[in-house]
Amino acid sequence: MKVSAVLAAKGNRVFTIRAEALVEEAVASLAANNIGALVVTSGTGAPSGILSERDIIRQLSADPATLEHHVSDVMTFPVVCGTSGDDVDSVLRTMTAERFRHMPIVDGDVLVGMVTIGDLVKAQLNEFRGVAATLETRLMES
Amino acid sequence: MGWNAGSGPLRVAVVGAGPAGFYAADALLKQSDIPVSVDMFDRLLTPFGLVRHGVAPDHLKIKTVTKAFAQTAAAPGFRFFGNVEFGRDLTVDDLRKHYHDVIFTTGAQTDRRMGIPGEDLARSHPATAFVAWYNGHPDYCHLTFDLRQESVAIVGVGNVAIDVARILCLSREELLRTDMPEYAVEALSRSKVKDVYLLGRRGPAQAAFTNPELKELGELEVADVLIKPGEAALDEVSRQEVEAANDRMLARKVEMIGEYAAREPAGREKRLHLRFLVSPAELVDDGRGGVGAMRLVRNVLRRSDSGAIAAEPTGETETLPAGLVFRSVGYRGVALPGVPFQERWGVISNKQGRVTHPETDAPVSGEYVAGWIKRGPSGVIGTNKPDAVESVTAMLQDAAVGATWSPVAETPESVDALLRSRGFDFTSFGDWCAIDAAELAAGEACARPRVKFGSKDEMWACLGREGGRAAG
Repeated sequence: MKVSAVLAAKGNRVFTIRAEALVEEAVASLAANNIGALVVTSGTGAPSGILSERDIIRQLSADPATLEHHVSDVMTFPVVCGTSGDDVDSVLRTMTAERFRHMPIVDGDVLVGMVTIGDLVKAQLNEFRGVAATLETRLMES
Repeated sequence: MGWNAGSGPLRVAVVGAGPAGFYAADALLKQSDIPVSVDMFDRLLTPFGLVRHGVAPDHLKIKTVTKAFAQTAAAPGFRFFGNVEFGRDLTVDDLRKHYHDVIFTTGAQTDRRMGIPGEDLARSHPATAFVAWYNGHPDYCHLTFDLRQESVAIVGVGNVAIDVARILCLSREELLRTDMPEYAVEALSRSKVKDVYLLGRRGPAQAAFTNPELKELGELEVADVLIKPGEAALDEVSRQEVEAANDRMLARKVEMIGEYAAREPAGREKRLHLRFLVSPAELVDDGRGGVGAMRLVRNVLRRSDSGAIAAEPTGETETLPAGLVFRSVGYRGVALPGVPFQERWGVISNKQGRVTHPETDAPVSGEYVAGWIKRGPSGVIGTNKPDAVESVTAMLQDAAVGATWSPVAETPESVDALLRSRGFDFTSFGDWCAIDAAELAAGEACARPRVKFGSKDEMWACLGREGGRAAG
């Protein structure tokens, strides 16, 4: 299964923020959109980083003024990106091993989506459920 | 405000009678929170979509899933309308007048192109057209494929590609054990095909076919499986991948491919060559406007930062003789009139099954989607079950708070009347049962599991009806 199968049913919006925006704007966006990370962009092209709730919490505990900082000061970069043709299994293994939970998906130069580890686990679970359903039907009918 | 049971059942239209449509209908009819009635529409006279026209004709066991679908069809509140094409015979506006909700389950009806020179030469076809032809799809039964060619190349190593390769390698006896229509059995048993090449872009560890399909290749009566030992061996990137995956099925797949590569050919009349790490670069004209050969470029595998393994061309090329080419490099959904579409993924624009406006992602009231037209072509038949359940759950949640269409004509008869007023005949599930019985009887008469009708006309004749469509 490809990452595209996950993105296809995930809606069309990718939540981004510009590198020079303030962290408080990012916090507002995370809360309003009920998400855990924003892709950080600087003009066009590939993402320049990713800003997750973890990044913010970590900074905030060290410096209460973090909310007034620029996103570029707090974000994680470089960010590991995938493409929509990547195999879900491989990406899932990478995220598990490297311990990150969000991956922007970039085709060519275009940011086409973001997958979370939850999205990928759900997709894999449905794949297994599907195989189980198929086998079950076959056993019932034979 | 919740669903008011006093106002009768939630009337749901399902557009597309394939597995996703039936799993959606089943999920709707099995729950008891909200009373539901389901009308299922399909452009063909017959239900079951790719189970009838996609699943290989020698994989009869896989098709037994239709028995579960028939049980769904027998549930009170279910109706089937065949020969009704969405967008032509029935529009979104019609549905809005007659139903509370619709769920689109129209699948991925078109194939992806390879995007290489020569792709449109004569005898270069989408694999799906060939699959639909040998499976008796009424829109494809008139096609012809030049099976006098000795060398056939199939681009792709998914289950469709492997089905096509296997069908091309069946003996007449094996063909007679399938449920193909007569014309396909006759054409395929006269085939001169000797060498069938399956071409995979990446290596054995990344091939999309599943182990049962791979195992079956070794059991063909009249074909040897040939794999180059150099292509069966894993490169370092794949070896690490297989190790990290810790997946018994994957390890077994790689092992089986190694066993084929080591096997001495038995000298059977046909040869099925499984090739890895090659991409087609060009189809070469035979001088008469037909494909004569294929130029292949060799690939190496690279692991990207995301962990995915991708093929990269090396520049090293080879030429493969091929008089007939089938491409099976992916499928896409087709946009439906009046329904938001997401071009990038080739699906109806949606969020977990709720149809959405492509720009704002705001849900479109009353419209839902499931199956390949929701997530793109992936998974096995059963994968559509959890997928459809997700969409139906969203629909029922919305209905529970009153977010549905507000139909003006609410009786089941109003839909029949509308369709009749449009001047064409349509089939019921009962009609399908009659077609089914006739096909099974035709099979029994010649000791075959089933003989499919070869055209819509034959089906209408079986039903004793004209099946005509008023002009215009």
